[in-house]
Amino acid sequence: MSTGIGARVKRKEDKRFTTGKGKYTDDIRNDNQAYAAFVRSTHAHANIKGIDASAALAMDGVIEVLDGHQLTGDGIGNIICGWAVTSKDGSPMNMGAWSALATSKARYVGDAIAVVIAETQAQARIAAEAVVVDYEELPAIAHVMKAMAEDAPNIHENAPGNLIYDWELGDEALADAGLASATHITTLDLTNNRLSPNPMEPRVAIATYDDAEEHYTLHTTSQNPHVARLLLSAFYQVAPENKLRVIAPDVGGGFGAKIYVYPEEITCLWASMRTNRSIKWTSDRSEAFLTDAHGRDHVTTAKMGFDDNHKIVGFKVDTVANLGAYMSLFSSSVPTYLYATLLSGQYNIQNLHCNVRTYYTNTVPVDAYRGAGRPEATYVMERMMETAARELDMDPAELRRINFIQTFPHQTPMLMAYDAGDFPKILEMAQDAADIAGFAARKTEAAGRGKLRGIGYSTFIEACGLAPSQAAGSLGAGVGLWESAEVRVNPVGSIEILTGSHSHGQGHETTFAQIVADRFDIPIESVSIVHGDTDKVQFGMGTYGSRSAPVGMSAVVKAMDKVEAKVKKIAAHTLEAAEEDIVIEGGQVKVAGTDKAMGWHEVGLAAYIAHNLPEGMEPGLKETAFFDPVNFSFPSGAFICEVEVDPDTGVTEIIKFTAADDFGTIINPMIVEGQVHGGVTQGIGQALLEQVVYDDDGQLLTGSYMDYTMPRAADIPFFDVSHHETPSPNNPLGVKGCGEAGAIGSPPAVINAITDAIGNNNLAMPATPQAVWRAIQATKSVAAE
Amino acid sequence: MYSTKYHKPASIADATAALTAGEDATILAGGQTLLATMKQHLASPSDLVDIRAIDGLSDISADGNVLTIGAAATHTAVASSAVVRDVCPALADLASGIGDPAVRNVGTIGGSVANNDPAADYPAAMLALGATIVTNTREITADDFFEGLFSTALEDGEIITAVKITAPAKAAYAKFPQPASLFALVGVFVADGAGGVRVAVTGAGEDGVFRQGAMESALGANWSAGALDGVAASQDGLMSDMHGAADYRAHLIAVMAKRAVSAA
Ligand SMILES: Cc1cc2nc3c(=O)[nH]c(=O)nc-3n(C[C@H](O)[C@H](O)[C@H](O)COP(=O)(O)OP(=O)(O)OC[C@H]3O[C@@H](n4cnc5c(N)ncnc54)[C@H](O)[C@@H]3O)c2cc1C
Repeated sequence: MSTGIGARVKRKEDKRFTTGKGKYTDDIRNDNQAYAAFVRSTHAHANIKGIDASAALAMDGVIEVLDGHQLTGDGIGNIICGWAVTSKDGSPMNMGAWSALATSKARYVGDAIAVVIAETQAQARIAAEAVVVDYEELPAIAHVMKAMAEDAPNIHENAPGNLIYDWELGDEALADAGLASATHITTLDLTNNRLSPNPMEPRVAIATYDDAEEHYTLHTTSQNPHVARLLLSAFYQVAPENKLRVIAPDVGGGFGAKIYVYPEEITCLWASMRTNRSIKWTSDRSEAFLTDAHGRDHVTTAKMGFDDNHKIVGFKVDTVANLGAYMSLFSSSVPTYLYATLLSGQYNIQNLHCNVRTYYTNTVPVDAYRGAGRPEATYVMERMMETAARELDMDPAELRRINFIQTFPHQTPMLMAYDAGDFPKILEMAQDAADIAGFAARKTEAAGRGKLRGIGYSTFIEACGLAPSQAAGSLGAGVGLWESAEVRVNPVGSIEILTGSHSHGQGHETTFAQIVADRFDIPIESVSIVHGDTDKVQFGMGTYGSRSAPVGMSAVVKAMDKVEAKVKKIAAHTLEAAEEDIVIEGGQVKVAGTDKAMGWHEVGLAAYIAHNLPEGMEPGLKETAFFDPVNFSFPSGAFICEVEVDPDTGVTEIIKFTAADDFGTIINPMIVEGQVHGGVTQGIGQALLEQVVYDDDGQLLTGSYMDYTMPRAADIPFFDVSHHETPSPNNPLGVKGCGEAGAIGSPPAVINAITDAIGNNNLAMPATPQAVWRAIQATKSVAAE
Repeated sequence: MYSTKYHKPASIADATAALTAGEDATILAGGQTLLATMKQHLASPSDLVDIRAIDGLSDISADGNVLTIGAAATHTAVASSAVVRDVCPALADLASGIGDPAVRNVGTIGGSVANNDPAADYPAAMLALGATIVTNTREITADDFFEGLFSTALEDGEIITAVKITAPAKAAYAKFPQPASLFALVGVFVADGAGGVRVAVTGAGEDGVFRQGAMESALGANWSAGALDGVAASQDGLMSDMHGAADYRAHLIAVMAKRAVSAA
């Protein structure tokens, strides 16, 4: 069976994961292990008047209690947002100070105030409850629309009115003129609900200081260990990079929440030095709800104008986004450069404008969560298209088709140059698979059973592998967005790939090995992937934004190019042939058209023995490459959701979900389908079930699975997934990225289906039974009038 | 969790002794409620007295049309018991819809009844069926047993040993789950049984499980789903929270009551 590009290779890593042999951070226990428990604010907004740790310090097993004054006193730096967004008036964003341990003020429930270090986890937790914090309670802001009120309390001194920035993209005058010329305008008020990321493995940090070497080791649940080390070193002043090793071993899911360096990692590293102990902190699920960066939380008004031919002539979007109590690492970029840039969707729109204001509230910081900005853009776009089609009394597929971009590359007015795609084709594929022709009959049949049947579309485009570094830099990014790889051919011909990408469920140990096995025509078993350790792997940018295939694998390809060139030189020299005549196939390096050949492993051995290398050639066979893409890649798709609603209760059942995607070249269809299944499931979660709720005082009401609804198997239908490959010209493999598309494209398809079923376009996510039932009642009362 | 002392008595007498001896001793059954509250540091009993090894406490038996279910019988045991299926299938159905398999495999009927969570399923069945709660000292009718949110007629240290149910002529339970917890947002148990025609509602009441008088009268006169047409449930005394406001819960009571009657 082939193990190359396009093969359904079973995941190499699953043997260890499915037999309980995975090695996660929490599985590690050091000899001098001590445990940390955090004292967290119980108020959403309060001045800290004093901290009394005397009772805690006297308790069994307690080693130390440390607070923010000691932390800042030792020179530990504030946590930063790494992307500078400039307001439209030219002023910089208002980044409020965020100390890993709050000193004078707590700004959300869960804000870390002090840490207790004890011999056992139980002792640390019990003692943390005995630390007395003297609070002076302040009025709190839990909802973003209240942050802008005249009399709203001020959360950060340097952010008057709690405004972080007021930013725009596109041309407002053009958009206004377009709308003025329109013969039909569709307007919608939309909320993108706030979500908790919920990776299966909660965050964990083990910090170990070695006083003899003055060296730190951090084992942590990170999607990007090198970025973590850079931040901890250059910005948080924990230790110089050469004195800090960051290891992210097996990581059980991230979804964005494990990109960032949080207060806990910083505090544990610093406390390890203060106590000369290895310090372990394991988040429990309650802490995860309280402290893992949340996602989404937008309030938007959108207006879209059409001419007589149903072409979009103007589109204006006004969004207010909640960034929570502090600016998390990429928080500023999510509702701007990852959102507004995609508001052209799959459509040819020239007159486009988006304004975004972001505010502080007394809630957990909000940052990238699977999709990051792109689900929010897609939700706006695709709710608008479906609603407009209904208002214009048109087939929603037809309205989309009329407006589709047909030629590539396509430059939108929102910075993006789309690489490749075939939107009519994937829409047609999805329509065929969803049996659109038979829908009317199915609707009638369902009505006979008292059920409301509806169908909804979402044709989306998204952007993966943020690039190029220079452009990102000019837009305010604090980092480059390339990726690195080293290809090490061992003397026996087996290969290790050291990648800066990080796998936390994606299956890189399989897919990265596939591209190597494919290229050198060697067994996949002889390829191993090394990642997640700053001492082993060269600097890399890590995994988020569906970048591992388009950027990470491209770096591997570039390094393989160099290896191949050297292999051919060695073989040509040994076999006394011309380099151009050398081919690599079937485990051999051959002279084409002859029976002269060396085994792949013999070339490796020759390189290391170095008895007979071409004049001037260095021994060894290992190459490094850094790949900086010229552009994003742009996966697209057409999703169709079919639902049945029970009008008596408001319960929605998803009958069928069809996903036709264009991810460019597919490395492993099985893994891609898994990513689509998972992504769509999270999208269905957002559409039907998930919602973070704070009460007006900023207390988190959805602090456990008793109140925060995760999608369960029974909520999810069988998926119909198909692919159409238009390779991206922007990377050597033609891949586009598939990790987030499901979560990006699916929410509007689900809501469009429900609104179709109930005949009311005013329905917010999550469409819980109660929300749907209310929308049905509203439709009835309108009908009765 | 704070440290605690674990006991596993083999008899009611030993259990009672352990409960009295402990400074702040508590009965442990399936632990599906108690252990979670202990982990959250909301409860810190000095001693846990596990009653599940007590002889006969998990037995399920029928004597004519009277069903006796031992307090330590798990939800799975009730759901899969041929005896329960025979005498009161509605109760087996109810048990099979509690939580998830992990919860059902350890959670017990005694624990559920003793806990009297306002969203728990069993209290609706007990009240609608006119069940008797048997303890180590007395028998208490369901009418007297459930006193309000998480509160019952049990005295300190009193152990439920069994519940007794007389086979109803007709009964069924219709549950509308709260989407996150899968407890009842509204659950309606209808029965034509020992206590006459009864409609008991769980999940919705501010004071826990309650009987719906108007629906009982309508069904008493004419046992059919149609008889409930136009019999609206009042919103008074119903809970409102993020999962369901009082008006939605009132609406669901009517819908679930009809579904239960149709299924009975
Ligand atoms: C995820 C989850 C989902 C759930 N879903 C549902 C649901 O859908 N519907 C539902 O009804 N319940 C649900 N439950 C609750 C479950 O049914 C519990 O098992 C039940 O409420 C308590 O029973 P237990 O045996 O676990 O009792 P424990 O947790 O051991 O005890 C609960 C309380 O009862 C006391 N107690 C226990 N046994 C006795 C006795 N024999 N005599 C006197 N006092 C006693 C204990 O001291 C304690 O105070 C759910 C629980 C979980 C964790």
